[in-house]
Amino acid sequence: MEEKSFICTACPMGCKLIVRMEGDEVIKVLGHRCKRGETYGRQEAIAPQRMIASTVRVVGGLHPLLPVYTKGSIPKRRISDVLAAIRAVEVNAPVKATQVIIPNVIGTGVDVIASRDMPEVRDGN
Amino acid sequence: MIIKKKYDVVVIGSGPGGLAAAIDAKKGGADDVLVIERDVELGGILLQCIHNGFGLQTFKEDLPGPEYAQRYINEAKSLGISFLLDTMVMDVTSQRKLFLSSRDFGYVEVDAHAIVLAMGCRERTRAQVRLPGYRPNGVFTAGTAQRWVNVEGYMPGNNFVILGSGDIGMIMARRLTFEGAHVERVLEIQSYLSGLSRNYVQCLDDWGIPLQLQHTVKKIIGKDRVEAIEAVAVDNKWNFIPGSEEIIPCDTLLLSVGLIPENELSKKAGVLLDPVTGGPFVDEHFQTNIPGIFAAGNVVHVYDLVDWVSMAGSEAGRSAAEFALAEKARTARYIPLVPGKNVRYIVPHKLDKQALEQGDIHLQMRVTRPIEEDVWLEVHGENNRIVRRSERYVRPGEMVTIVLKPNMHAEVEKAGSLTVDIYPKSEA
Repeated sequence: MEEKSFICTACPMGCKLIVRMEGDEVIKVLGHRCKRGETYGRQEAIAPQRMIASTVRVVGGLHPLLPVYTKGSIPKRRISDVLAAIRAVEVNAPVKATQVIIPNVIGTGVDVIASRDMPEVRDGN
Repeated sequence: MIIKKKYDVVVIGSGPGGLAAAIDAKKGGADDVLVIERDVELGGILLQCIHNGFGLQTFKEDLPGPEYAQRYINEAKSLGISFLLDTMVMDVTSQRKLFLSSRDFGYVEVDAHAIVLAMGCRERTRAQVRLPGYRPNGVFTAGTAQRWVNVEGYMPGNNFVILGSGDIGMIMARRLTFEGAHVERVLEIQSYLSGLSRNYVQCLDDWGIPLQLQHTVKKIIGKDRVEAIEAVAVDNKWNFIPGSEEIIPCDTLLLSVGLIPENELSKKAGVLLDPVTGGPFVDEHFQTNIPGIFAAGNVVHVYDLVDWVSMAGSEAGRSAAEFALAEKARTARYIPLVPGKNVRYIVPHKLDKQALEQGDIHLQMRVTRPIEEDVWLEVHGENNRIVRRSERYVRPGEMVTIVLKPNMHAEVEKAGSLTVDIYPKSEA
């Protein structure tokens, strides 16, 4: 039997988790204080996942960048591919918060969505 | 938008504390609520905090900062709250008068029945942590770098060292890595992490960025641009340990060395500050020592979760509305005394209508010019006469007194103001 230890990132409490493994299988999660913590521990031991936030270029908006994020978590090993996909995108203002910017980003099943409204601003304002 | 002369509640700052305060002031019964924001848009620093992790308590969701702000902005707009953007509050008095400088409206004065201070906090800068060396380009606070990278679209450098393990510093370490920069190291003078452990995990550990505890910057090297920093180990009293120096080449140094509540305006209003927090002394409703001036959020003390800032804002907003309504009810009972024909002034200038139930009220005045014949001294409302008596003459050198009696209370109640006229009987 093998033990892996993690700090839970599901919330700001930062519980210390111990995950008991038998080969590739999780036997038990210890140290969590909520259901989300247990889920995090299991996931982290087998296939770590992360939510990703970044920005895309926006044309004609109040700012040159629109903040976006993945609506759910994606495999940690695919972060750089997701970032590359996000970097390739350019959108036009106006944008509404939660508007889908990239559906099913690189086949992860997760959408990249806008984090805020981005009003349109014409030149000279 | 037309700016009113007087608002029930004025909120200074539209970050999470200010927006929550405005929303709950409005819901708490305040009619006219005004939010003043110096930036061109609502939301405050949340707009540059594009990472997720916000709103787990408030919304039971894991949201990025801008979306957390957006929900409050949408609610505030739907409630009919007024907003004044691109506007600086230059001064606030203990009498709750505000002096503003606005891009669209120029110089403006407004009065408030209650004020909520929600100016947030500022980052500690290089000068405040006394870093020796030249003053080259390439030394930034973590929040400035965050604004550049996440909102304005500039990269502050390529090769970073970060001093301080505060949350913004660690979050920026990851963010800069995402944008293709190299983060050499994070140095922390204390023997423990100053931010949240989860940020260590997902911002530093995930990306192999080393954290050195009990280390600091001894010197910044480079004249026009940062070329390197000299790191050094410290003991428990933060003394440099000789021989532990290390030159770390880099072109940018980010500082994540703490936040200080921003209270320049509070001080102008006479608000007393706690030397420990740097923010106002407050009661359980977040009222400061100045009646009717409340404070909420990072302006009071630095929080680590935005959800708690919103909670504090809500309480301050509710309490400010309650104060404003009580204040309005009290001032609504007052009616002005207006000098009419041949009257230069009247003391008192206003009176509380209910006070007439308690006893006589003496109105004392002087006339503008002498009248050497029989005159009427008359007090009247808009549509009703309250009292009239005669004198054989009036002269500016001799003070005139008219007495309002408790039996006139019913008539006075009908009036919105009282005017005194003094005129010859021959003209009546």
